Amino acid sequence: MNYDLVIIGGGPAGLAAAVSAFDAGVKNLLIIEREKRLGGILNQCIHNGFGLTRFKESLTGPEYAYRFIKQVKQRNIPVFTDTTVLSLTPEKQITAINSQNGVFTINAKAVILAMGARERAKGALNIPGSRPAGIYSAGTAQKYVNVMGYMPGKEIVILGSGDIGLIMARRMTLEGAKVKAVCEIMPYSSGLKRNIEQCLNDFNIPLYLSHTITKIEGKDRVTGVEISKVDENRLPIAGTEIHFDCDTILFSVGLIPENELTKGAGVLLAPDTKGAVVNENRQTSVQGIFACGNVLHVHDLVDFVSEEAELTGRAVYEYLTNDKTVRDNINVQKGANVSYVIPQMIDKNTKNNVKLFFRVKKEMKNPTVKIVSGGKVVYERKKKSVAPGEMENVILKVDNLKGLEQEIVVRVED
Amino acid sequence: MEKRTITCIECPIGCSITVSFDGANVTNLEGNTCQRGALYAKNEIICPRRVITTTVKTTDGRMMAVKTDRPIKKSQTFEIMQKIRTIITEPKNIGEVVLENVSEDINLVSAQDLDF
Repeated sequence: MNYDLVIIGGGPAGLAAAVSAFDAGVKNLLIIEREKRLGGILNQCIHNGFGLTRFKESLTGPEYAYRFIKQVKQRNIPVFTDTTVLSLTPEKQITAINSQNGVFTINAKAVILAMGARERAKGALNIPGSRPAGIYSAGTAQKYVNVMGYMPGKEIVILGSGDIGLIMARRMTLEGAKVKAVCEIMPYSSGLKRNIEQCLNDFNIPLYLSHTITKIEGKDRVTGVEISKVDENRLPIAGTEIHFDCDTILFSVGLIPENELTKGAGVLLAPDTKGAVVNENRQTSVQGIFACGNVLHVHDLVDFVSEEAELTGRAVYEYLTNDKTVRDNINVQKGANVSYVIPQMIDKNTKNNVKLFFRVKKEMKNPTVKIVSGGKVVYERKKKSVAPGEMENVILKVDNLKGLEQEIVVRVED
Repeated sequence: MEKRTITCIECPIGCSITVSFDGANVTNLEGNTCQRGALYAKNEIICPRRVITTTVKTTDGRMMAVKTDRPIKKSQTFEIMQKIRTIITEPKNIGEVVLENVSEDINLVSAQDLDF
């Protein structure tokens, strides 16, 4: 099988990338999806609030996915569902498996990696205590409740106050469970303020900031947890223990881009995003392999995923029709108070404005975002506030990129 | 005259809006950056409302996402959830009514096309 473009992953990133590549002119393309249906994680995100920027309305996850799946179907873009990609080579040969065709290979001229992210597991957290039943990641619990119709438990404590944890606190409460506490090791929540309001405050669910779980109780099934306050080094403070009886613990402790295939293809990964190093077109270090969506960096809004995927789809058309192998890249680096910047490289001769996405390391009020190259300030603007949970973006104008020789540094100053 | 600070839930910005009010009479708003926020903050004082999103069982044994087509009174959340929990429906297309008039002529509609 030969395709001009193969998109690995049929979630929001893969769907939007497919539609935009097709509309730009890439007609020989394929989407490969591991699950039985398209839509990815949106299928289990039944809450609303999706699509406010793009559609000017508040959609549920399945409704948002539907709008893109419809566009894919209207264009008759071929899709393999229930198909798992086993490997990808730097030459863009894909080995995949499904129950109809067995193991098969596909050769692609370009590949878009759109595999999304997975949840960080409890194993990575080192919590003392036994290992009883009743411990789930928040996303697994979400799938149980929303897709399969099972309730994972009745009395819940949630560790981690990212958006998935907050959304699940409300979801479990609506379904009749008692959520006794959400605890967060950091002094702030990484979730959106509106989710603190509508998922916790609406139901009087207490949020314990600067707290973590220090003991899991129970032998066969969870019977309780002990949480403790942590100091500024995130170490538990003796004597601050609080006990909760509960039968279930949900972990919502962050997402990690799912990059096993990416590594196999020899693509260079960035330690800060845990995704590929890309240029402004989202092309990775391996020519013809692109990446977008949560596999590249964890986004907080799906509208940003769609936007990034559309940019990538159009860039693949450019790549396939006008392969420019000589690039004159300038590096983009994170400066003070910035934890990562995407893209990490920009072609000096780019014809388009470049939107830089970045996250800050701490909450700041009235900071100044500055972009500098050598001694020159390319961009400077004051912001009302910034927080690690909220991805920031800045548009670098083509005119501002002209003549830059030294690396571009993004920093946020008090 | 009373003052209350409200976190707006209309969009991801989550503006902090300070509302001055006298009973159900809102006299001043501060901190909102749009009109949706102003309306939301006023409603929070007078009668807080939320859209419910949840799931119902289908006759073929699957779960289908549903939502109220308008925000219901927040105080009725659990009462309406009780009602929704008993529903078993044929799979429906997005937007089709699953249960009419869950409250105040607000309908429960499908938010998921399971066979699409």
